[in-house]
Amino acid sequence: MSRRSIIPFGPQHPVLPEPIHLDLVLEDEKVVEAIPSIGYVHRGLEKLVEKKDFQQYVYVAERICGICSFMHGMGYCQAVENVMGIKVPERAEFLRTMWAELSRIHSHLLWLGLLADGFGFESLFMQCWRLREKILDIFEMTTGGRIIFSVCKIGGVRKDIDSDMMKLILKTLKDVTGELKKIEVIFFNDYTVRHRLVGVGVLTKQQASELCAVGPMMRASGLAYDTRKLNYAAYKHLDFEPIVHNDGDCYARCIVRVNEIYQSIDLINQLATKMPEGEIDVKVIGNPKGEYFSRLEQPRGEVVYYIKGNGTKFLDRMRVRTPTFANIPAMLKTLQGCDLADVPMLILTVDPSISCTER
Amino acid sequence: MIYMEQQNKRIDIEVQELLNQVAHMKEEGFRLVQISCTRLLDVFELYYSFDKEYDFINIRLNITSDVELPSISFIYQPAFLYENEIHELFGIVINNISIDYNGKLYKMSVKTPFGPNDSDIGGTK
Repeated sequence: MSRRSIIPFGPQHPVLPEPIHLDLVLEDEKVVEAIPSIGYVHRGLEKLVEKKDFQQYVYVAERICGICSFMHGMGYCQAVENVMGIKVPERAEFLRTMWAELSRIHSHLLWLGLLADGFGFESLFMQCWRLREKILDIFEMTTGGRIIFSVCKIGGVRKDIDSDMMKLILKTLKDVTGELKKIEVIFFNDYTVRHRLVGVGVLTKQQASELCAVGPMMRASGLAYDTRKLNYAAYKHLDFEPIVHNDGDCYARCIVRVNEIYQSIDLINQLATKMPEGEIDVKVIGNPKGEYFSRLEQPRGEVVYYIKGNGTKFLDRMRVRTPTFANIPAMLKTLQGCDLADVPMLILTVDPSISCTER
Repeated sequence: MIYMEQQNKRIDIEVQELLNQVAHMKEEGFRLVQISCTRLLDVFELYYSFDKEYDFINIRLNITSDVELPSISFIYQPAFLYENEIHELFGIVINNISIDYNGKLYKMSVKTPFGPNDSDIGGTK
């Protein structure tokens, strides 16, 4: 008869840069149930909207997460702009989309490095993060910041780029593509890497649908859904299809994210050829009155921004549903039946952002 | 012309219609996107958001603080997280949540910070 025991996992764990706790109920070495605890660093940022001017709040939104910082600011701005009926200049839409896709590349490279570190492949981790530095350098050259760059504002963006900068960005991305091709071989074909990822943490298409998973977690289980298809910002001018894989395991999630990096590079190339000249912002007059749900595709999946304005400079409500929050039920499902040794890999391939969840 | 093409559709319902309406969304193949709550002057405003092939529908209902809500977590399993969150932040009682944290999902120094008695929270408006 198997022996049942409970193993605490986190909130401090080598694979977790941020705190989440799981009580893993085991029968011998198999996980039969996982009970999560979150809220160790809940910051109440949604509440802060009642105390900050709606234009100041962009800075707060950007600090919900340090990885998808730009897209948090963008999501909040889009929601406010919709309520106020602000038409953002087309060039600003293109610039926002470019920084959003660069953010996706940087986030996925960061995640690939963490995954490599998780299965003990330190040189692979360093190669991924070396590539990521090139993207952070682009951020620094174009905005002045590397992680939180506060370039998005209500009504447009704060900085423009010239044609020389765009050429430099495209050249850098071409270099990244070449180097990623070499790294990709290891993630896709290396025996030990495959051994840690293939067949581990399977989330079937039906489970992904039932548990309302989002982002690469969902697309790796065969569901072709990508919020960018809502055609917000400049995506309406771009040609792309969601990256999908059907196996639903850790390996499939890895493949989806690697291919999404190539897709983002392709999208930036498309943006460069289609980017119009013109203004990058418009003047904001008045205060928001009304409500709106704005949805974007962050690196981890669909994020939802809800704002409700009352006609003053303070909003009644700002609500953000982050992709990690939506993926927790799917993560718990995949943990059921896995080996204890696979738990770190499995949690990593969800790509959890706890600071997003603890907004 | 507004900034984005995203459409926000809305259905207004009463509390007693909630379970039937949510079950209907499930039957139609909609995905639960999120549940949110906003405290207005004398009521709480709840939104249950659903999506099917980029079609975005929000079910809205208003309740007073003494009204208890039924859980939809037996229809949409992931709802348990949203419902626990709403209970802890707003103090709304939600019955029969499939996984009930009994007020221990978040570790906060202030009880129900979005609830009716939040005047003790710092900052000035």
